[in-house]
Amino acid sequence: MRYLVGRIVWALVILLGTTWITFAIVFVVPGDPARVVAGPRADAATLAGIRRELGLDRSLSTQYGRYLWRLAHGDLGRSYANRQPVARTLAHRLPATAALAGAGLAIAIAIGLAGGLATAPFAGRLVDRAALVGSLAILSAPVFWLGMLALYWLGFRWRLVPLGGAASLRHLLLPALVLGIGTGVYYARLLHTNLQEVLTADYIRAARARGVGPVRLLAVHALRNAALPLLTIIGLDFAALLNGVVLTETVFHWPGLGRLAFDAVLALDVPVIMGTVLLSAELVVATNLAVDLVYRIVDPRIRLG
Amino acid sequence: MSERRTRSGLLRIGLVMGALLVVAAFAGPMLAPYDPTAPVAARLAEPSPPGPPFWLGTDDLGRDVLSRLLWGARVSLLVGLVAMAVTMVIGTVIGLAAGYCGGAVDAVLMRGTDVMLAFPGLLLAVALVAVLRPSVWTIFVVIGLVSWTGVARVVRGETLSLRERDFVLAARAMGANHARIVVSHVLPNVAPTLVVIAALSTSGTILLDAGLSFLGIGVPPPTPTWGRMIQEASAYYRVAPWLMAFPGLAVLYAVLAFNLIAYGLAERGRPGR
Repeated sequence: MRYLVGRIVWALVILLGTTWITFAIVFVVPGDPARVVAGPRADAATLAGIRRELGLDRSLSTQYGRYLWRLAHGDLGRSYANRQPVARTLAHRLPATAALAGAGLAIAIAIGLAGGLATAPFAGRLVDRAALVGSLAILSAPVFWLGMLALYWLGFRWRLVPLGGAASLRHLLLPALVLGIGTGVYYARLLHTNLQEVLTADYIRAARARGVGPVRLLAVHALRNAALPLLTIIGLDFAALLNGVVLTETVFHWPGLGRLAFDAVLALDVPVIMGTVLLSAELVVATNLAVDLVYRIVDPRIRLG
Repeated sequence: MSERRTRSGLLRIGLVMGALLVVAAFAGPMLAPYDPTAPVAARLAEPSPPGPPFWLGTDDLGRDVLSRLLWGARVSLLVGLVAMAVTMVIGTVIGLAAGYCGGAVDAVLMRGTDVMLAFPGLLLAVALVAVLRPSVWTIFVVIGLVSWTGVARVVRGETLSLRERDFVLAARAMGANHARIVVSHVLPNVAPTLVVIAALSTSGTILLDAGLSFLGIGVPPPTPTWGRMIQEASAYYRVAPWLMAFPGLAVLYAVLAFNLIAYGLAERGRPGR
C-alpha cells in the first residue's frame, strides 16, 4: 500500500516535470511566445489579447502557474489551422492511436515470444548468428520505409490488404505489423539472452533431471523467469513505440495522434504539436505506472522485498 | 574456434561497411555522375526506371537518384556524427556528474532524466524544430537534446561503481581534486563503454534524422537527404517503387553498419560468453 502511494506520487512528479519541459518549449525558447500560441497569421490585436491572457508581461513562474491552471482545466489552446480546441481534437484522435499501439504491441510480444523461444536452442550456432544479423537489419530499417515496402508488396502488388485508411479491422493489420516487427525482434533478442542465463540455473537442471522434456522445459519452466524482465522493457520502451506510431500513421494515413502531429508539422501548428507531445508523455508515464504495478502482482519476490 | 571467428566477424563487417560509407560521404560529390539538384533526365515530368545512363533511375523532377543518394550520404553521416557527438557530450557530463557527486545532485539529474525519458524522442524533436525553425544547426542540437538520456544512465551506472574503487580512493587520499579524478581516473575507465554507446547512438541519430526528414522538417532543401527522398517518393510508390527503395536501403545500410560495430564491440568486451 505504501509502495502504491509512493509510486503514484512519483508518477505525478514526472507528470509535473513533463509540463515544465513543454512550458519551456513554448514560453521560454522562442522569441515571441504569443506568436507561437496565436500562429503566424494572427494580427496585432489578437497578439495583444493573447499576451494579456497568457500573462506574458508577468514573471515566468506566474506564467507557468497559469499554464498549469489551464492544463488542469483541459485547456491546451486552439489550433492555428482550424481554431478548434486542441484538447477536443486529441480526444477525437486518441482511440485510433490506442488501437494501433495496442495491436502493434500485441504483435511485438507475439514475435518476441516466438522468436526468442525458437532461437534459444541454437545459441552460438550459425542459425542464431543469422537470426541476430537479420534482427539487426530489421532494427536498422526506418519504420516508415518498411511501411511503404509493405504497402507496395502486400497492398499494391498482391492485394492482400487495403492501401491505407481505417475503415475496418483489416486496415489495422498492416500498420500494426509494421509498427510491431522492429520492437518484436528486439524483444526476441532480449528473451533469447535471458533464456540462456535462466537455462543454466539449478532449478532447470533439477527439472531436467526429473525428466521434464526439452520443449516443456524451455516453454514453461525457463520462459516464466526469462520473460519477466521483458515486462519492464515494454514499459521503458513505450516511448519508442510511440515514435514508431507517428511514422506508421503518417505512411498509412491512419487517423490517430501521429498523423495529426504530421499534419500539424506541415502547418507548423505549435499548439497541436505541443498537445500531442504532452499527451504522449502522459501516456508513457501511465504505461510505466501500470507495468510496475503488474510486475509486482506477477513477481512475488518484489512484493516481499 | 569457429564461433570466435563469426563473433569478431560482426565487428569487421560493420567496420568495412562504415568505411565505405565514409568514402561515399567524402568522395560523393566527385563520384556523383550528375548535379543532384538539376533536372537531367530526357523526360522530366515523370520518374524513369533504373537503367543506363541513370543506374538508379530518375525522380519526378528528372533528377538522378544515384547522384542524390551520394550527396545525401554526406548529409546523413554528418548529421548522424555531429548529433551523436552532442548526445555523447550531454549524456557523459550528466552521467559523470550524477554518478560521481551522488546525493542531491544525482537525485535531481536522474529525476530530470526520467522526465526526458517520458517523451517520445521524435515528437519532442518535432516540437523543438517547430519552435526553432529547421536548419542544419537546429537539427544537430535538437537530436542531441532528445537522445542523451540513455548515455547518461549508462555512464552514471559505471561511474557509481568506479567511485568506490581503490585507485579512485587512493587518488583522493593523495590529494587529487575532483575534476582531476574524474578526468584522469574515471573517464578512461568509462571510455570502452562510451565507444560502444557512441556507435549505438550514431545509428539512433541517423534513424531519427531520417524520421525528421521524412516528416518534412529535417535539413532544409535543396540539400538532398535520404529521409526526404523517401517522403517525396511516397506519392509515386506504386508507379516508381525504386524512388523509395534506394534511399531506404541507404538508411538501412548506414544504420546497420553502426549497429554491427556497436554489437561487435560489445561482444568483444564480454569475454567467456
